[in-house]
Amino acid sequence: MSNFWSGWIIVLTLGTIIGMFWLLLGNRTRPGNEDAKTGHVYDGIEEFDHPLPVWWLYLFILTLVFALGYLVLYPGLGSYKGLLGWTQEKQWQDENEKLDAKFNAQLKKYAAIPVEELAKDEKARRSGQRIFSAHCATCHGADAGGNTGFPNLRDQDWLWGGSPDRIVETITKGRKGSMPAWKNILSEQQLNDVATWLGTAEAAKKPPAGAQVFATYCTACHGADAKGNQLLGAPNLTDNIWLYGGGLGEIQATILNGRNGQMPTHENFISPEKIHLVAAYVYGLSHTE
Amino acid sequence: MFPQKGQANPDRTENTQLIPAVQEFSAADFAHPEVAELDLYHKREKIYTRSIEGFFQRIRLFTGWPLLVGYFCLPWLQWHGHQAVLFDLPARKFYIFDLVFWPQDLVLLTALLIIAAFALFLFTSLFGRIWCGYSCPQTVWTSIFMWMEQKTEGSRNQRIKLDQAPWSAEKFLRKFSKHAMWLGFAFITGFIFVGYFTPITTLSIDFFSGSAEIQAYTWIAIFSLLTYLNAGWLREQVCLYMCPYARFQSAMFDSDTLIVTYDKARGEQRGSRRVHDGEKPANLGDCIDCQLCVQVCPTGIDIRDGLQYECINCALCVDACNSVMQKVGYAPNLISYSTENRMAGKTSKLLRLRTVGYGAALLMMCTLFIVALTEREVTDLKIIRERSSLYQIQNGNIENIYTLKLGNHDKQAHRYTISTDMENGILLGPMHDGLVSTIVESGEVISLPVRLTVPQTAWHGHNMDLQFSACIADDNTVANAGSCVHHESRFTGPAI
Repeated sequence: MSNFWSGWIIVLTLGTIIGMFWLLLGNRTRPGNEDAKTGHVYDGIEEFDHPLPVWWLYLFILTLVFALGYLVLYPGLGSYKGLLGWTQEKQWQDENEKLDAKFNAQLKKYAAIPVEELAKDEKARRSGQRIFSAHCATCHGADAGGNTGFPNLRDQDWLWGGSPDRIVETITKGRKGSMPAWKNILSEQQLNDVATWLGTAEAAKKPPAGAQVFATYCTACHGADAKGNQLLGAPNLTDNIWLYGGGLGEIQATILNGRNGQMPTHENFISPEKIHLVAAYVYGLSHTE
Repeated sequence: MFPQKGQANPDRTENTQLIPAVQEFSAADFAHPEVAELDLYHKREKIYTRSIEGFFQRIRLFTGWPLLVGYFCLPWLQWHGHQAVLFDLPARKFYIFDLVFWPQDLVLLTALLIIAAFALFLFTSLFGRIWCGYSCPQTVWTSIFMWMEQKTEGSRNQRIKLDQAPWSAEKFLRKFSKHAMWLGFAFITGFIFVGYFTPITTLSIDFFSGSAEIQAYTWIAIFSLLTYLNAGWLREQVCLYMCPYARFQSAMFDSDTLIVTYDKARGEQRGSRRVHDGEKPANLGDCIDCQLCVQVCPTGIDIRDGLQYECINCALCVDACNSVMQKVGYAPNLISYSTENRMAGKTSKLLRLRTVGYGAALLMMCTLFIVALTEREVTDLKIIRERSSLYQIQNGNIENIYTLKLGNHDKQAHRYTISTDMENGILLGPMHDGLVSTIVESGEVISLPVRLTVPQTAWHGHNMDLQFSACIADDNTVANAGSCVHHESRFTGPAI
């Protein structure tokens, strides 16, 4: 705020308060009229002009004194910060700290329990679900069932591994899955062959030429058996679960243009204890008894 | 119909310096308007009420005491393992004996307040401001405080003398004990009040051992202080300047409403006299102008000025005047409960359009309220559609995600099964078992994300209304329809 506008606000605010004081105290009396009536007549009903109780005046003055006290303690006069140094951000931090203090004891208890065990605890799962709703549901869906481009977390298919450690790592550090584009390398025939070979479920209908293309170009990441590699985040291509769609056209588009999947890193937003808890919730979704 | 303070007797407002009425104006009057300056505010004149006994005061004891005792005792009552009446704000649960109210029952509170308002309308149009005179907490607490004042500082005359006397040990002692009693009673009031919002048995232990929460101390201090100020210092000022009811009551009054009124025809010409056993001087009416009715009035008015908005229908002046009439041997009820019509020699009826209308409305609302109270569902179901996407297509299915908020307001845990009436729809719960089923503990609200999928081949191409049902199925059997609650929602998909 520039000095001019700061001064503008100070003058306006204090001027208003001083004006109010003058209005209250400088006008304590008025000329009396002979019958103490306001002179208003409605259907023959007249209105008396009785004085207010004096403690109302004191209340008025009290509100002005309150306003001055407030302006001394809190930011209100231009760029003056106030004696208490209050800011919205500080209040937000204070409240967060209070909440953390309230929940930390329970979170620490949960953090000491292994994810596999914690996933069986109904109450822990409910808490984890709330963290999931806040941080994960936007992409993975409220039920963690996923969407095109965002993996389903309730099945047994894991891009980066479904062990507790891998889940915690994925949430903490994030993941970057990269499928290169093949449009300058594969011919149209090769593209069709490999896409058909991948997208056809029945072994008898798979074109043998596709297997050759796959063995040449794809095995480095997806493995010779096409079952993927969880160290690279290369998906299993044999389980009929397709992150970007399993139709022929969709598979072709994936090969032609490549894909870039990204799971954001969360260590800056969520404490390790909370990541542990939400990992237990996610783990529990695919490990039901 | 409401002459305000001082209409019949304008020189009663002593602090208002009235100038002599100007009969004819001349040009000079306007050029130099010589009018007195009036203060816009006036200082409260302390009212020294004289205590009086009588028929209506005995009635007031019978209405005031039970309310007071009820207020002080109710929070101590236990009921099936919880405080009988407890407004647990942090847990957002209100306990009233067998009933438990949740935030979503707030509409019932609204209904209750409307019913209370209509009861006030009905009783006001029938009996005037009996609420004010007989049961308003302001009146009841003020009466108690006046009684304490009487015990410590003495009668009306003694109090006036005491206030005028210079400070002395006795004056200090009397004033000190009065304020000590007031503060003590105010503290008990404030403490009990907080006891309605936090369990009072633990509160009383924590409070005196110094381990209660700071909020408890703060609120008890605030309510104690306000009680002390209201009943000790402000008193009639609350009725005169703060209470809205005093101001809008005129809307409920008519000529058949019961009011405290002075029989002007009989009383005037008022005047003092030597009375010999019912003897009446020829030139005077029955009012002997003893001022007793003014001295007993808690709001400081003279009822002989006619009906005023300050009058709280407490009938102290009725009792005072009747005791005097008895002493001088005149007929009673020179001041009495009556109606404008009766004072004018006509008859008053209780049944009239206004009272019958209020009564019928009140009866109808009470009935509806009781029905609503008994028909409350133990299960609460709400549906929140997924915010990030309207629908999605995966593996040949159109999918919609919903988050169900399922609350169990019963006193025991229940197993619920969730279903929809969607044709070809398959509901996937968190457990993948097709039948979505979950246990909700008593008093718990859970959020249950579910996914509803419809095969693309069965999709008609237009959005559909559907209904979710949550049915109690405690032993995993198919629930009967009576134990189900339903909620509407919508399934969206691509247009074809």
